[in-house]
Amino acid sequence: MGFTLAYLSLIILIPLTALFIKAAGLGWTEWWNLLTSPRVLAATRLTFGLSAAAATVSVICGLLVTWVLVRYRFPGRGLLDAMVDLPFALPTAVAGITLTTIYGKTGLVGRHIASVATWVKETWHPTGWLGDQVNSWADFGAAYSPLGIFLALTFIGFPFVVRTLQPVMEDMGHDIEEAAATLGAGRWIVFRRVILPLLVPALLTGFTLAFARAIGEYGSVIFISGNLPMKTEILPLLIVSQLEQFKYGAAAVIASGMLVISFALLFIINLLQRQLDWQNR
Amino acid sequence: MSISIQSISKTFGSYKALEDVSLEVPNGSLTALLGPSGSGKTTLLRIVAGLEFADDGPGNILFHGENVSGVPAGRRGVGFVFQHYALFRHMTVAQNIAFGLTVLPLSKRPSRTEIRERVHELLGLVRLDGLDKRRPHELSGGQRQRVALARALAIRPRVLLLDEPFGALDAKVRKDLRRWLRVFHDQIGLTTLFVTHDQEEALELADQVVVMRNARIEQVGDPQTVYDHPRSSFVYEFLGNVNKLIESEGIHRYIRPQEIEILFVAEFNPDTDKLGQIQHLFSAGPVATLSVRLTDGQFLEVEMSRKQLDELALDTGDEVTVRVKPEELP
Amino acid sequence: MDHLQVTTESRPVRTLLILSALAVLSLFLLLPLFAVFTEALRRGWEVFFASLTDDMAWSAIKLTLIAAGVSVPLNTLFGLAAAWLVTKYRFKGRALLISLIDLPFAVSPVIAGLVWVMIFGAKGWLPPARLAELLAPLASLAGKAASNDSFGGLFEGIAAWLADPRIVFATPGIIIATVFVTFPFVARELIPLMETQGSDQEEAAVTLGAGGWRIFLRVTLPNIKWGLLYGVLLCNARAMGEFGAVSVVSGHIRGHTNTLPLHIEVLYNEYQFSAAFACATLLALLALVTLGLKSLVERLSGQSAKGKH
Repeated sequence: MGFTLAYLSLIILIPLTALFIKAAGLGWTEWWNLLTSPRVLAATRLTFGLSAAAATVSVICGLLVTWVLVRYRFPGRGLLDAMVDLPFALPTAVAGITLTTIYGKTGLVGRHIASVATWVKETWHPTGWLGDQVNSWADFGAAYSPLGIFLALTFIGFPFVVRTLQPVMEDMGHDIEEAAATLGAGRWIVFRRVILPLLVPALLTGFTLAFARAIGEYGSVIFISGNLPMKTEILPLLIVSQLEQFKYGAAAVIASGMLVISFALLFIINLLQRQLDWQNR
Repeated sequence: MSISIQSISKTFGSYKALEDVSLEVPNGSLTALLGPSGSGKTTLLRIVAGLEFADDGPGNILFHGENVSGVPAGRRGVGFVFQHYALFRHMTVAQNIAFGLTVLPLSKRPSRTEIRERVHELLGLVRLDGLDKRRPHELSGGQRQRVALARALAIRPRVLLLDEPFGALDAKVRKDLRRWLRVFHDQIGLTTLFVTHDQEEALELADQVVVMRNARIEQVGDPQTVYDHPRSSFVYEFLGNVNKLIESEGIHRYIRPQEIEILFVAEFNPDTDKLGQIQHLFSAGPVATLSVRLTDGQFLEVEMSRKQLDELALDTGDEVTVRVKPEELP
Repeated sequence: MDHLQVTTESRPVRTLLILSALAVLSLFLLLPLFAVFTEALRRGWEVFFASLTDDMAWSAIKLTLIAAGVSVPLNTLFGLAAAWLVTKYRFKGRALLISLIDLPFAVSPVIAGLVWVMIFGAKGWLPPARLAELLAPLASLAGKAASNDSFGGLFEGIAAWLADPRIVFATPGIIIATVFVTFPFVARELIPLMETQGSDQEEAAVTLGAGGWRIFLRVTLPNIKWGLLYGVLLCNARAMGEFGAVSVVSGHIRGHTNTLPLHIEVLYNEYQFSAAFACATLLALLALVTLGLKSLVERLSGQSAKGKH
């Protein structure tokens, strides 16, 4: 008991308290100015927006893949099942440089993005924000743009959704589907009205897990993003750049903000997971 | 609507679940498919429902003369009640019951009001009025079972199929629901086929009992016939308690516990009787059960009323005469 | 007659879904894996091996191994202790403890590194100078022990460090940061597992007269061995692959404070792509081995070790 608590405090509690204290040392006005400065706001919008979008796409792709893995038998299924964890097991730096290579202008996927974007640019001459994006894609593929960050975040969120959904789908049991079938429902209706509602808690949990991971993600993203302030700078990177300029206070403030949000998300995740376990009693 | 099952066979991989099974279920009857696990009864029920399909071949399923063999469950017009109810746990009781109606194609679907009325009517029929807004996890086992029943009936099925309907319930609830089901069946008159491994249940409930074993039908008949005139030793042993006496090399004799009477040793008649000693006496309740060890070492189980037990003042260790009741002799 | 199984989709729908899922999986999983190896070998096998045996690469590998070598055993011990505590006893604040254990998991790796800079950095609570003051008594002890012959060298090294104790921008910082981020892995695997298993067997052992340690070794441990192995695997994979936290803490001093992931970053930023990918293949292989062992563990344990991440 003692060992546990001592170790815990040493490694976790004390450091985190230090962070908050440092941040607090800055004073309220500075806090506010810092948190509402354009660069911080841009990074926040970018980080949260892209994480939410990526988590959503992870959920959709994850649902598809889990369905196929759990319900169908086909050659190579076992192998693919094991591979789902790859984004989770792969070091973030490796993921980062690999994704950049794939989605960059000359990459296997990136070159197609670039050519499609070039065609769109020359046919429709889009303007405004979308125009900027398309121009960027035409020049650099998905690199140095929010699209690249989005793709990287989807990559890392994917296993969370699948592994959360899998036990729920495996335990579901066929009898409710058979019951619905005897009552005259077709497959699509059975999916939409009988199966999907039961998956919602797991989908929500998977989304939150992917989201929480995405907002803090560093290694997978910094290579492909190009780290352009106001455009592709994510919050974690902003913290690092403050640190490199020895602005410890500013870094601490932003970090504390992120920490509070992480705690809140952790809390929500635990609630959701407990609800999930209860529902599947 | 009568059900005609003709030459149905079903194999799962290398396992033969049903072998050339044929059966007639008369219109409006309550028929029990009775048998031990693995006898094929549930498979047969599911084939009748359209949840499984028989092996290719001469087999057919007919509802009132119409061949439904290839028709999938949703379009066969069957009401199916699952052993563990299979209620939709994210829906209320009312939504569960209404489900079959809400998935009808638009052309055939009743209006919202009509659906609501029908649900209300069914809730009354199964004695669950007022529980429409509850969710399945808030209900007892017996209540859930009745919701499952109401849900199946909402679509006005041609036949009603029940898979071990009382299997998951406590003994007391089971008995009560059993009685209720019989009355209910008489009320609605729908052809009903149910599966059970409980012989007491089958004998008490059904108009027609179908005893199954190892992918085949052993015997079909009304409860009285099947019990009193079993056609094979399996049927005899399966329905009710039985003693099996070895008379001589390869000859068995079956006697039911209630067909034996106990007399004092003084009344022993060597032509008809045997001698034995009471090993064990169980007398809580209206019926007393005695375990008697015969002189040749075999054991017999004997049943008598408490009154008779008291009159004879029997106790463990007593020597007694054992005789088959004259009226039970063939 | 086409006999459909009632609870599955029609064949064309199934095929479409399977193909779509395979497309998604290829794009997400197989493609990156494929790319790592292709890029690594782009300049041929000599460059590949040269990058791996290069001095800088070698010291990065060593540092990575040290970091993992310290954090995995420490966190395994902690994980066992914490899981035991949490699942066999009921006490107030139990839920809070579990949440706290999960903390490093929910936190951005950058923040994980940041907190250590906050404490031990030049402008932190315990900058090297301050730390040297606090540790002075230990330093003199080490100095005395250094004059002893047997482990003289070791104690000299310790004394030298204690005189100028650098945590961040030095190896100790990297180790601490790694310990922090891999902290929850073993505990998270064991807690749900031990919770499901309950205390019945341990209680039975108590009634039979066994004492605490023996119960743990002979009753609990065999039951959790697969979960434990899996937790250790994940802990190790993360320890060796950690990037964000270590990046913040290390100061990127080549040859001294670069772990393998950091070394990869350095190479990449210097446009030495093939070398970077060559080193990346080492880590990718580690990931594949981890996944392979995980599958093995699942099959051997007979049940799904697909716990929460």
